Amino acid sequence: MFYREAGQFKASYAADQQIFPIRQDRIAYYTLLAVAFAAVPMVANEYWMATILIPFLVMSIASLGLNILTGYAGQLSLGTGGFMATGAFAAYKLSTWDIGATFGLAEPMHLHMVFVFLGAGVITAAVGVLFGMPSLRIKGFYLAVATLAAQFFLLWLFNKVPWFTNYSTSGVISAPPRELFPGVVITGPMAHPVTKYLFLLSLVVLLALGAKNIMRCHLGRAWMAIRDMDIAAEIIGIRPMRTKLAAFALSSFYCGIAGAAWAFLYTGSVEPLAFSIEVSFKVLFMIIIGGLGSIMGSFLGAAFITLLPVLLTNGPRLLGLNIPVDIISHLEFMIFGALIIFFLIVEPHGLARLWQIAKEKLRLWPFPY
Amino acid sequence: MDFLYNILVAPFAMIGAAPSFFVEVLIGGLLSGVMYSLVALGFVLIFKASGVFNFAQGAMVLFAALFFAGFMDKGIPWYGALPLTVLVMLVLAMGIERVVLRPLVNQPHIILFMATIGVSYFLDGLGQTIWGSEMRVLNIGIPQNPINMGPIQVNAFDIVAAVVAGSLVAALALFFQYTRIGRALRAVADDHQAALSVGIPLKTIWAIVWTVAGVVGLVAGVMWGAKLGVQFSLAMVALKALPVLILGGFTSIPGAIVGGLIIGAGEKVAEVFWADAIGGGIEDWFAYMLALAFLLFRPQGLFGDKIIERV
Repeated sequence: MFYREAGQFKASYAADQQIFPIRQDRIAYYTLLAVAFAAVPMVANEYWMATILIPFLVMSIASLGLNILTGYAGQLSLGTGGFMATGAFAAYKLSTWDIGATFGLAEPMHLHMVFVFLGAGVITAAVGVLFGMPSLRIKGFYLAVATLAAQFFLLWLFNKVPWFTNYSTSGVISAPPRELFPGVVITGPMAHPVTKYLFLLSLVVLLALGAKNIMRCHLGRAWMAIRDMDIAAEIIGIRPMRTKLAAFALSSFYCGIAGAAWAFLYTGSVEPLAFSIEVSFKVLFMIIIGGLGSIMGSFLGAAFITLLPVLLTNGPRLLGLNIPVDIISHLEFMIFGALIIFFLIVEPHGLARLWQIAKEKLRLWPFPY
Repeated sequence: MDFLYNILVAPFAMIGAAPSFFVEVLIGGLLSGVMYSLVALGFVLIFKASGVFNFAQGAMVLFAALFFAGFMDKGIPWYGALPLTVLVMLVLAMGIERVVLRPLVNQPHIILFMATIGVSYFLDGLGQTIWGSEMRVLNIGIPQNPINMGPIQVNAFDIVAAVVAGSLVAALALFFQYTRIGRALRAVADDHQAALSVGIPLKTIWAIVWTVAGVVGLVAGVMWGAKLGVQFSLAMVALKALPVLILGGFTSIPGAIVGGLIIGAGEKVAEVFWADAIGGGIEDWFAYMLALAFLLFRPQGLFGDKIIERV
């Protein structure tokens, strides 16, 4: 009854091509942003911030990245964890780099955090292009297994080469305390969760907006053509090499930023093992449950997979059941697996598709005929 | 310069100085490669018959090994535990076919792949809920002592494993070649729709294939379990089988064997002769890099079906 686009006329091409052509969607979107930026920091307590909202935002960047590669460009990848690790360690090296000493200045000087994150993304993009090269020849599941080479090799590299951890004996990197503006600390142990959250949220909004727009321009359409049938795409004049490598670059850029955000804004200190193959699978689950080839789906999937373990761990306690810890962890595995199968059977196109169906229904409600 | 010397010259000098040691390492690698082939075989069977990339094979290996070890701990001798476990794998295969595969018919491959990852989570949880997560020692009386063959030493266990794998492959080949079901399996692997149209029951065939893969997983689980003990890390063996699989090709049983031999030998040789130069622990990724290098020249693996693409 309320969700009608009747009477909303578009007078220009720009109005017709905007991201949210329906006014109600626009209002919902701005309300969501307002809530996320203003209301959530006031309401949520530190526990919620640190254990639910921040990991959710970090993982949604990662799943945006993988969705670009797998959902839009059709290149199945299991190397997400490795690329996130690259981002984390690149950010660590950049943020501890003393520019002052390098250029012979009197005072030590460090890169600004914004540049650290950007630089981590760019470095990871370069690594991603390197490991994306085989995709020009290898396709499908063969490529998926080949990307595991990136996953294992990168983790091994960060474990073995002490230069990456600044020769720390434990192999763990810790985020150095840095300010975004004078007086506003965003990383390190002194940073307040709310500042971290707001910084991360702005990052997510910018990245999501960027991804959405890239998907609407010629590059995004070229990716979808490659995904649907690469030979046909090649024949109509899309260069497979350039397009596929661009997908790997942009996807790794996002994953790199996600990794940096994981290390700097979420856990604060991290070791290579934190980005194991489990992480790669988790991100893949997110985009499949959320919806392949959908920006919205990346967020829905990230929310689902981050919230599910929290629910599973706290659920029995809330219900008053007293189950031994090791049984709970096994049951968690089972329920997680069963839910994934359930969701795939019910809606193989993911939560984003469910959302779309709901909107279609809403447009006709309450008179579906 | 030093680094290049350590990579390009020193290992070969070492090999040249002690060729019998090199042969020993090589044979050890080949025999341990057979163990990877055992796991890869299960993948190949299912991929051939249903086009599903079954990531749950590793979990099935663990699941079967847990049941086998669990039955034996309950005092059942191995000749009783074996058929019981086969029965469990049969029930499991029918369950997977009914609950997971049937509703997902005609979905894209990636969806089925994700579903099998879900299955592997489920099996990991279920097996450990039933049998607990502590490590079990599986002793089925295979000798572990080294045997001297002329100048080189070989582990008796590895030889037994190789013989078991060899007879398993032979049995599978006979089963596929000479039985009615085997013929039906090959028909389904060749063309689903053609097989359906001549009256081959696809659902039954899938259940059979998953059972066979489960039995292969059981053999792999018993062998790996006897070597490492039955524990959660057994499921990770699947990650070792993946490079074997892409090297040999997803659709070829001989490919799984040859791939296993190449990966096993390459990994051992690299670990012994090159690990010093580039730092230890390279077995995590070396197999993948080796497989990747092969794939660049043959994108469908060594023995895989030629990929023909049409617009």
